[in-house]
Amino acid sequence: MPKMTYRDAVRAGLREALSRDPRVFLMGEDVGRYGGAFKVSYGLLDEFGPERIRDTPLSESTFVGAGIGAALGGMRPIVEIMTVNFSLLALDQIVNNAATLRHMSGGQLSVPLVVRMATGGGRQLAAQHSHSLEGWFAHVPGIKIVVPAVPADAKSLLLAAVADPDPVLVFEHAALYGVEGEVEDEAGPGEIGRALVRRPGDAVSLVTYGGSLAKVLQAADELATEGIEAEVIDLRTLRPLDIETVLSSVRKTHRALIVDEGWRTLSFAAEVSALIMESAFYDLDGPVARVCSAEVPTPYARHMEEAALPQAATVVRTVKDMLGHDG
Amino acid sequence: MSLQAPPELGRDHALALLGQMAMIRRFEEKAAELYTLGKIRGFLHLYIGEEAVAVGVMQALTPEDAIVATYREHGQALARGVPAGAVMAEMYGKANGCSRGRGGSMHVFDVSRRFYGGHAIVGGGLPIAVGLALADKLLGRARVTACFFGDGAVAEGEFHESLNLASLWSLPVLFLCENNLYAMGTALARHQADPDIQKKGSVYAIPGATVDGMDVLAVEAATRRAAEHVRGGRGPYLLELQTYRFRAHSTADPELYRDKREVEAWKGRDPVTLFSARLLEWGLASETDLAAIEASVAAEVDEAVRIAEAGPWEPVEDLARDVYTGGR
Repeated sequence: MPKMTYRDAVRAGLREALSRDPRVFLMGEDVGRYGGAFKVSYGLLDEFGPERIRDTPLSESTFVGAGIGAALGGMRPIVEIMTVNFSLLALDQIVNNAATLRHMSGGQLSVPLVVRMATGGGRQLAAQHSHSLEGWFAHVPGIKIVVPAVPADAKSLLLAAVADPDPVLVFEHAALYGVEGEVEDEAGPGEIGRALVRRPGDAVSLVTYGGSLAKVLQAADELATEGIEAEVIDLRTLRPLDIETVLSSVRKTHRALIVDEGWRTLSFAAEVSALIMESAFYDLDGPVARVCSAEVPTPYARHMEEAALPQAATVVRTVKDMLGHDG
Repeated sequence: MSLQAPPELGRDHALALLGQMAMIRRFEEKAAELYTLGKIRGFLHLYIGEEAVAVGVMQALTPEDAIVATYREHGQALARGVPAGAVMAEMYGKANGCSRGRGGSMHVFDVSRRFYGGHAIVGGGLPIAVGLALADKLLGRARVTACFFGDGAVAEGEFHESLNLASLWSLPVLFLCENNLYAMGTALARHQADPDIQKKGSVYAIPGATVDGMDVLAVEAATRRAAEHVRGGRGPYLLELQTYRFRAHSTADPELYRDKREVEAWKGRDPVTLFSARLLEWGLASETDLAAIEASVAAEVDEAVRIAEAGPWEPVEDLARDVYTGGR
């Protein structure tokens, strides 16, 4: 299987979607001539032309809303918001319109819109460029939230998002763009709403997604050297959430730790924890644990940022504590 | 008022305009009454006083054109031909409402008539209109997207962003600012540094005009010119329609912010009575015609109420329906 970076995998997905369906177009800030802030759409302007690769003014609310309108008008827009931090300027369109129009119109409308954005911290970009707010968006019914952690998913879940009749938000962790992985040429669309066991184990279930997956797998390798076999679950979609995959793992391991780059308070990890408690409480040998970001605006200084974000070492330490506590 | 009817105004068309305005007036009066009876709940924003705007504008649109409206949209919906019974049933919250009772007064949708709501976040409909127009442009369809918003929306960032984007990409959007002088309770002069709304289009290279929104013929004529510009592929157009709402902002509004004398003065320019008087004077209608219109709209409103009363409640088991298209 060919190897490619996460960035190239997203681009391959975009290219495939654009080639397959003339209704698909990409718009966003600097997606055309600049080639994308993360170079994801590099070359697509030459290949597909300015009608389908559209540079927008810096007006997040309006170009996201225009994506909604174009979707209502029969197109299949893919909107790139440079980063999740700027998506806050489009929150009204996403939450008040994209998520509600189908329901509010009594089922008359569908909004087949894809909104892609980079998320996450870890690149010393300080407090306005390091948010992980996918958990916020996952709170809202009417939209779907996809969080690919590996290049293969970056492509296949993007294709699934484009094929979906409802609005799908795709969160691409910015630290992943340069990461390589195997991607099948002919894989086609993946399945939204399906989690995956990335590493089997029996001692503890480590539940994570997106940019934290690599850290958690690294922690699991480290734990394995001490004879602790952790099972690692990649959620891949936050809404609709595949909680069954999590629960069947917890029923096997009897312990769960959730790793989420969002702030701990009201984090997505809190939701997963509550769901485990509701459905698998009597299978647990100890409390569900969470490793999340510290409750501070993300700091610039490297050592401080590292301390603020979930790290493999924190995961290792937390798992050992969990196992130690219940003897 | 001129003593002569405009030569192009035929009697049938004149009576149709009056009939539609009278229908909206009677429908809204009935809605207000039903609200006090508790049949309609939530917010209710009445269109009384602004009828000439919706009716005049709709004359210039074809069935292929799209409409995006605000939360004060019963008038636009009726003028577009959304059945009165479906709008009334929607306000009752019934399953035979045009939005199956999921939207209520503020969220009237009828996709078969390209009536895309019913948007209750001020300014939030403008980007959607821009997108509908973008789809038309990309698909090579010579259609107009008519986007209604109030003077309050002019203070929102989305107004400026949307005008800029529509003009930059030369999109077929007809921006219709229904200036009723108040953003809820804040007078135009108290929220705009420059209250000349039509002028704001010019900084985005958008042509426009200001029209007397109490004069249905003036509205129709101005909208025809504007729609022709937009349909001809020359980009967006901004039409400011100067009007006034005779009733409170919503049923929750005690109207502490405006002088009763101001309201009375505007009522002297009531678009329905004004137009009725003109038609009589021009000899295009008789007292019998006016009485027939009154009787006809009264019967239509009664029928709408009957449809709403008779409509079923959606079963609670269907609560999660239509959150996602696949039902998931």
